[in-house]
Amino acid sequence: MKIGVLTESAIDENRVATTPLITLDLIRLGFDVAIEAGAGSKAGYADEDYLAAGASIAPSAEDLWSTADIVLKVRSPNPDSHAATDSILPLRSGQILISFISPAQNPALLETLAGTGATVLAIDAVPRITRAQKLDALSSMANIAGYRAVIEAANCFGRFFTGQMTAAGKTQPAKVLVIGAGVAGLSAMGAAVGLGAIVRAFDTRLEVREQIQSMGAEFLLVDIEEDGGGTGGYARVMSDEFIQAEMALFAQQAKEVDIIITTAQIPGKPAPVLITADMVHSMASGSVIVDLAAEQGGNCELTRPGKRVLENGVTILGYTDLVSRMASQSSQLYASNLRHLINDLCPEKDGTITLDFDDQVVRAITVVHEGEVTWPPPPIETTPVSTATTPPATNDPKVAVEDRPTSHSLVGLVITALLILGVGSVTPPAFMAHFTVFVLSIFIGWQVIWNVTPALHTPLMSVTNAISGIIVVGALLQIDSTSSLVVILAAVSVLVASINVAGGFLVTQKMLAMFKKEH
Amino acid sequence: MTSGIVWAAYLVSAILFILSLSGLSHQESARRGNVFGIAGMALAIGATILHNTLENYPLVIGMMLLGGTIGVMVSMRVQMTAVPQLVALLHSLVGLAAVMIGVANQLDSDPMEAFAGVEQTIHLVEIYLGVLIGAVTFSGSVIAFGKLQGIISSRPLSLPGRHFANIIIGLACLLCGYLYLTAGTPEAEIFPLLIMTALALVFGVHMVMAIGGADMPVVISMLNSYSGWAAAATGFMLSNDLLIVTGALVGSSGAILSYIMCRAMNRRFLSVILGGFGSSGNANSVAAQSGEAIAIDHAEAAQLLATAESVVVVPGYGMAVAHAQHPVSEMTRILRAQGVDVRFAIHPVAGRMPGHMNVLLAEARVPYDLVLEMDEINPDLPKTTAVLVIGANDIVNPAAQEDPGSPIAGMPVLEVWKAEHVIILKRSMAVGYAGIDNPLFYRDNSRMLFGDAKDSVDQLLQQLKAT
Repeated sequence: MKIGVLTESAIDENRVATTPLITLDLIRLGFDVAIEAGAGSKAGYADEDYLAAGASIAPSAEDLWSTADIVLKVRSPNPDSHAATDSILPLRSGQILISFISPAQNPALLETLAGTGATVLAIDAVPRITRAQKLDALSSMANIAGYRAVIEAANCFGRFFTGQMTAAGKTQPAKVLVIGAGVAGLSAMGAAVGLGAIVRAFDTRLEVREQIQSMGAEFLLVDIEEDGGGTGGYARVMSDEFIQAEMALFAQQAKEVDIIITTAQIPGKPAPVLITADMVHSMASGSVIVDLAAEQGGNCELTRPGKRVLENGVTILGYTDLVSRMASQSSQLYASNLRHLINDLCPEKDGTITLDFDDQVVRAITVVHEGEVTWPPPPIETTPVSTATTPPATNDPKVAVEDRPTSHSLVGLVITALLILGVGSVTPPAFMAHFTVFVLSIFIGWQVIWNVTPALHTPLMSVTNAISGIIVVGALLQIDSTSSLVVILAAVSVLVASINVAGGFLVTQKMLAMFKKEH
Repeated sequence: MTSGIVWAAYLVSAILFILSLSGLSHQESARRGNVFGIAGMALAIGATILHNTLENYPLVIGMMLLGGTIGVMVSMRVQMTAVPQLVALLHSLVGLAAVMIGVANQLDSDPMEAFAGVEQTIHLVEIYLGVLIGAVTFSGSVIAFGKLQGIISSRPLSLPGRHFANIIIGLACLLCGYLYLTAGTPEAEIFPLLIMTALALVFGVHMVMAIGGADMPVVISMLNSYSGWAAAATGFMLSNDLLIVTGALVGSSGAILSYIMCRAMNRRFLSVILGGFGSSGNANSVAAQSGEAIAIDHAEAAQLLATAESVVVVPGYGMAVAHAQHPVSEMTRILRAQGVDVRFAIHPVAGRMPGHMNVLLAEARVPYDLVLEMDEINPDLPKTTAVLVIGANDIVNPAAQEDPGSPIAGMPVLEVWKAEHVIILKRSMAVGYAGIDNPLFYRDNSRMLFGDAKDSVDQLLQQLKAT
């Protein structure tokens, strides 16, 4: 089958649906790949690179539409646009279109697409289950958007992110608040921490607390216990009481922080307003707000989608093209997502695609099938991605380390003490002296051995083996006996214990000499 | 030399032994730790020889030179894959020495006259226990050696009524102990002591025979522990604190290792010792497997590895048997040079003794900072492009988590099935030591690369070099 890749015609869209590197993989899967001339130029991929990877170059979009069996795009086709690439008409029966569609927001578009008799796969309808993570283009793009949000903020922010002690004096580190710990939020936290800022984060879902902390950010809590975890990895709508507390928290934080990055979105609805005009006015001059929800109306009351606004000294960035501003990176990740999808749809690696509707992922992304609207798919019960990837508590290394059998139970201690007293009452002091040494040695051994790294357990065994050859001392004490039988036994004991000592230490030395670190 | 100086020397060597063990907490300090151990041993032996004005100098020196030479020769020649056997053999020597010293002490009646009443009884109990533990250690270690060396089948031996037989032996040992303590004269005591020795030897043989190959790490650790207790009992018998300290250190070390190994298999120590793993009827409860295993050829596998972002290698006993660690290391170097993030995942019970895989990989010069433990690597596996399972089976079996009826249910395993691709190097579709089928082989993302582990890795290496 032939895969066609179109030039994106939307203004400010620099991405392309495949890269020369991914083209290689697609050809390896048995497909022919054709690229519209100049499709990758804005993302930094020249036609020659595609040619070198084995693709053919189509002179025009019409040409591609008429020959390709599978069409790859980034943005959903726009029926109102006059540009040929975005016109629905060239889509024909039997053709497969793979792109972002936003089926929930565009029911009319689905009808129009269905009218052509083609099949449409919406890459943004991938269910949030562990198996489908490699197809999740939304996450790929959110990751880039989060990173870019920090870069844009840094660009408008007049100070260092990191605190410095310089000869000329001290600079304060920037304080960054990230609202929403989805993929974009977490990515923003990582980027801001990497630049040296103090990062705080808020999310209504308690389950993301560990993820926030793992990025090096501080998790802010409101005083009300309510968990906003919902299905599909999105937060659900919270109670009024909670929202009030949340807004109070933001108002408080707005006075303290230098940069706010908001990522709160509710699927299929306008973004909630979390940063009011009053809060913006309370921020210090020179502060920056980056609103990643600008396309859905914005989390900040003063956001103007696509624009940079200066309000009372505070810069509010409502850019909707953050991902496109990193077209090379975003094209590469998007193309990888598509490649994973095509790879899964092409199990025989023979260049043909089969849609298996029993596969819940395939079922979910197929929004139009041979002229019929097949969206929404039947619901699937999913657990949030976060719990699917976090190991169960029993596998937590910290727990495992602490999980030593301890004799701390009071009953055990009392019984042990009584036993020792019992032994002491019937035995002479000489024995008790040895017994004391014995018990204390066991304690020392217990403390020391738990610190041995598991990688060295074999050397541990051979070295303990060697030192247990100390039994040779016992044999030496007996070798001067008058009984010849005793002398023979003692001599043989010296012999075997010596084997043990020499062999044990030497083999340990040999093993330890092999443990090398990578330089 | 006065007695005080000898005891001071013993104290210093005890401290050196403790430092030796604590040095093993890190790879960097481990070699210094071993030197401390050697120094402690030299000091202890030197002080003992110099203190006791020995008449039998030639005999002592000759025996020590001979024993030392044998020890050096054996350890120089041993292959790293055979270290478990060597350790088992060395354990048996400690047990043997403990038995002989105990019997010699019994025969050497002179010191006996120094004891009377309770002290006499305590002394006899010390001899009796020293010989008992020594004998079990000796015969058990010899059998463990035989199983590891392949001389004896590593299948668990399940005699009918074996628990009953163990109880009878235990009672007989108690009876002998009673006869021994009440015999009265040293000559009369010899007989029950020797009978008990014979019984203990039989017990040691029977105990290890009943334990399957997969439980060998527990057995080796346990015998390690026994050899320590035998040395400690000898120390009590001879009123020598250095032996007591050393024995207690070794004993607790082995006990902790046994505990760690049991936890890694999610089994109780007692059930391992009672043996017969996988031989009970519950293996039938494993759900019938659906689907079939899909094979992959070397070229495909090599290409998958070369284009992967990250690869995790899971070695098992099969890698040791095939001596595949060197080509695996070579492959790691090539892949890393190409920018593939290659790491190793070690299950605590992989191989036949604790830490066995780490030693093999170190021998093949795999940097130890690439070698991770199960708890460290499990969270990373879902993000891994390809997992290469080399000669491991039960430790990557998803049934441990998914099938409550499985004999290994609840055992912590490496969650390799969560990776994007899993390549399993395996001789055939045979089951692992646990004797149960592995649903991993039938997963969609699993591919089987059949053949000897070393041949397969060699071929992968050629393919990788060719590209």
